[in-house]
Amino acid sequence: MGTVVSYYIGRGRSHSIAKPVGGVRNLATLPSYYATLMSLWALLPALLLVFLWLVMDGSIISGLVRSELPLEAKQLNPDSLGLLMNQIGNLAEGVGTLDALGAEYKPAVDRLIHLNSISATAMPVLVMLVMLIGMILGFRTIKADNNARYAVERVFNAVLFISSSIAVLTTFGIIFSVLFESINFFQKVPFMDFVFGTHWSPQIALRADQVGASGSFGVIPLIVGTLLISLIALTIAVPVGLMSAIYLAEYASRRVRGVIKPALEILAGIPTVVYGFFAALTVAPAIREYGDGLRDWGAENGIGWLATLNVSSESALAAGLVMGIMIIPFVSSLSDDVINAVPQSLRDGSFGLGATKSETIKKVIFPAALPGIVGGVLLAASRAIGETMIVVMAAGLAANLTVNPLEAVTTVTVQIVTLLVGDQEFDSAKTLAAFALGLFLFVITLALNIIALRVVKKYREQYD
Amino acid sequence: MNDKATRLAQTLKRRHAAERRFQWYGRLSVAFGVACVLFLFTDIISKGYGAFTQTYIDIEVTFDYETLGLTPDSTETDVKAASFNSLFRNTVRAQYPEVTDRRKQRTLYGLYTTDAPIMLRDMVLRDPSVLGTTQQLTIVADDDIDTYYKHSFGQDLGEGGVIGRVNPQQIALVQQLHDQGRIHKKFNTILFTNGDSRDPELAGIKGAIIGSLLTLLVTLMLSFPIAVATAIYLEEFAPKNRLTEFIEVNINNLAAVPSVIFGLLGLAIFINFFGLPRSVPLVGGLVLTLMTLPTIIISSRASIKAVPPSIREAALGMGASKVQMVMHHVLPLAMPGMLTGTIIGMAQALGETAPLLMIGMVAFIVETPAAITDAATVLPVQIYLWADSPERAFVEKTSAAIMILLAFLIFMNSTAVWLRKRLERRW
Repeated sequence: MGTVVSYYIGRGRSHSIAKPVGGVRNLATLPSYYATLMSLWALLPALLLVFLWLVMDGSIISGLVRSELPLEAKQLNPDSLGLLMNQIGNLAEGVGTLDALGAEYKPAVDRLIHLNSISATAMPVLVMLVMLIGMILGFRTIKADNNARYAVERVFNAVLFISSSIAVLTTFGIIFSVLFESINFFQKVPFMDFVFGTHWSPQIALRADQVGASGSFGVIPLIVGTLLISLIALTIAVPVGLMSAIYLAEYASRRVRGVIKPALEILAGIPTVVYGFFAALTVAPAIREYGDGLRDWGAENGIGWLATLNVSSESALAAGLVMGIMIIPFVSSLSDDVINAVPQSLRDGSFGLGATKSETIKKVIFPAALPGIVGGVLLAASRAIGETMIVVMAAGLAANLTVNPLEAVTTVTVQIVTLLVGDQEFDSAKTLAAFALGLFLFVITLALNIIALRVVKKYREQYD
Repeated sequence: MNDKATRLAQTLKRRHAAERRFQWYGRLSVAFGVACVLFLFTDIISKGYGAFTQTYIDIEVTFDYETLGLTPDSTETDVKAASFNSLFRNTVRAQYPEVTDRRKQRTLYGLYTTDAPIMLRDMVLRDPSVLGTTQQLTIVADDDIDTYYKHSFGQDLGEGGVIGRVNPQQIALVQQLHDQGRIHKKFNTILFTNGDSRDPELAGIKGAIIGSLLTLLVTLMLSFPIAVATAIYLEEFAPKNRLTEFIEVNINNLAAVPSVIFGLLGLAIFINFFGLPRSVPLVGGLVLTLMTLPTIIISSRASIKAVPPSIREAALGMGASKVQMVMHHVLPLAMPGMLTGTIIGMAQALGETAPLLMIGMVAFIVETPAAITDAATVLPVQIYLWADSPERAFVEKTSAAIMILLAFLIFMNSTAVWLRKRLERRW
């Protein structure tokens, strides 16, 4: 609001200084720039203050409250101290009674209430003050010979630059948060056990003498499960996606193309949670039923290997199948792009030599488009590996080390989700393991993307 | 000579057969893809259409002072403490004087939703004048009864007289109610006016929809300006150097990072480091902002690129500064493309589940959130939660929620397509 006010004050001021020098056209810049500059003066410092306040407020207050604590409480370890501070916070908000803690904590609670109220009243006052000072400073910059536009444009440029650096900050945020927690994790669990372990059961014992007290964090079964499901997905998506792209690009009439292409792209727009529901409630039971039917049939007709067929209700096949459906449009749109990029002259040359359309496609267009297609398949693979909801809902939790698509397997993403959903303390090996898995996932998908781009760049034929 | 001609003819035949085969592979692939779309939609619609109706049972309730232990001048606190449970049970029992077995009586109560007594209490709290009167009420049926009445009523009894989770006694009761005209189906408003509930018949998606809207609002407010600013910077202002190249590569890579990683980021940075609360739309929106930024940036850049250089040159030639050129000419012309990209990014954010699971938006939340700092859940997460629930009636609800989510997405995407067709200019 102060910003709007200062905009109008600034505009009025610039008009009034314009009068003595002979009108607006004798100012160094347009009045709106003076006004904008003044409102920026009012806005930016105040905004910065609010931001700092919100960030610092909590820790300063809790530091002050902590000094009010009785002596024995100060010597608690960080975890119980945190719990205690939470309780005090609840009391200050009027939740619960003092009885649970003891009267010696009353000063701390009172102090907290007091400080909170100071903070709540001081902030608006200070912010208004800063805004006012900013307005005054901004007001003083309005002079006929001062070109406010330069300053405004500098601010504008800075805002643009800061915005574009957010993407970089995000990447750094991902790397640091994941890497930092992973390092913590590898201090608890040896790196080699993680990478080469073949057993995954992240339960950490509550008591030291419990059976299976040490959770085991061998990532191999997860990787095998992830690859198995991704492989099933790709065996469906790559042929279907590629052939549809070829058919739509080379054979289909314009009208068919106009109808079918958007219809296939619907698949890309469906949220993954819907696919997960579809996989878990329709496809998986259907596969299981079909498998049981086959088993009974095998038993009746004395086909031994069929009679022992056992389909898990959370089979890798169901999850992989549905995931394959999900990435069909991904593969087909990427292939479509590269097929369309093959120049017409190549087709014409091939037809001129008497080749049929399919021969042209197989022997001329496909090789020419191959790098792009390989790149697309790699991207699809990275998509399949990172896919979460389908596997969370349709694949199992048990980390079986198997390549049988009819059994339940688990994946990296499933484990990340199950380890982190719900409240748990942040420094247990279980939670940290999720970050180590996240690091692994990040590195793999990043590597696949980089390789895909490299393949496309390096092997692309130049035709012009 | 003749020999060669036959051989050629044969080869040609083979080649043409191969050609036809190849075409059929293509047709089959396309047909498979389209069949998947159709199957998915029919499956979900056939599972979910039932959730849009709900079974109700009429019942006459006398708000008897004596049973409730209230007097005409009881206060609100008294009403809250009054035993509406026994009022409800007495009322139901009175309708079937012949049923004396306690187990069977319990079945009688079980025809209605478990919250029926609470509904009676709320009715009195809203309007104390009903006390002492007899009211004709319509109460939601229990989920099992609802499923039975909607889908299998009037069918032959299965083996042992059990259909689904309904036993012969319940079937007889429903038949009796049906004959009396007291049980009927109505459009399910509960689905749209209630929050989540453990009882399928009372569960609704209002809370989830509001949560989704709040989350999307945060996402939109942050991602649109940031993405547009980034796109403008990279296209118009950035010097061609290592740093900007690095930013570009970064954005492209971010677009391919699995969404679950963004959840880890949100958990570690926003919740653990900055101490923001769990399960709130604010954090959800922040995470989704980071996730959708690359999508919007990439499409915004494409639409800035599509603005012909002649426009820029003309503006600069007229003495505009670079900022003026961008703000007054390039940006308005690129805006339709940017909006299209933003809508598509928002649609992506609306359907996203995994990162929101990580930041705790999976909590069981009954209340409708009112602010971006209230605990909330979103529509896709609600679908995930319901899909995980053991009650059979939730399958129907889940499918209905999916239909609503898909309706939102189809609406958003067709708006984007319409916008593109309508506003985008070809140069």
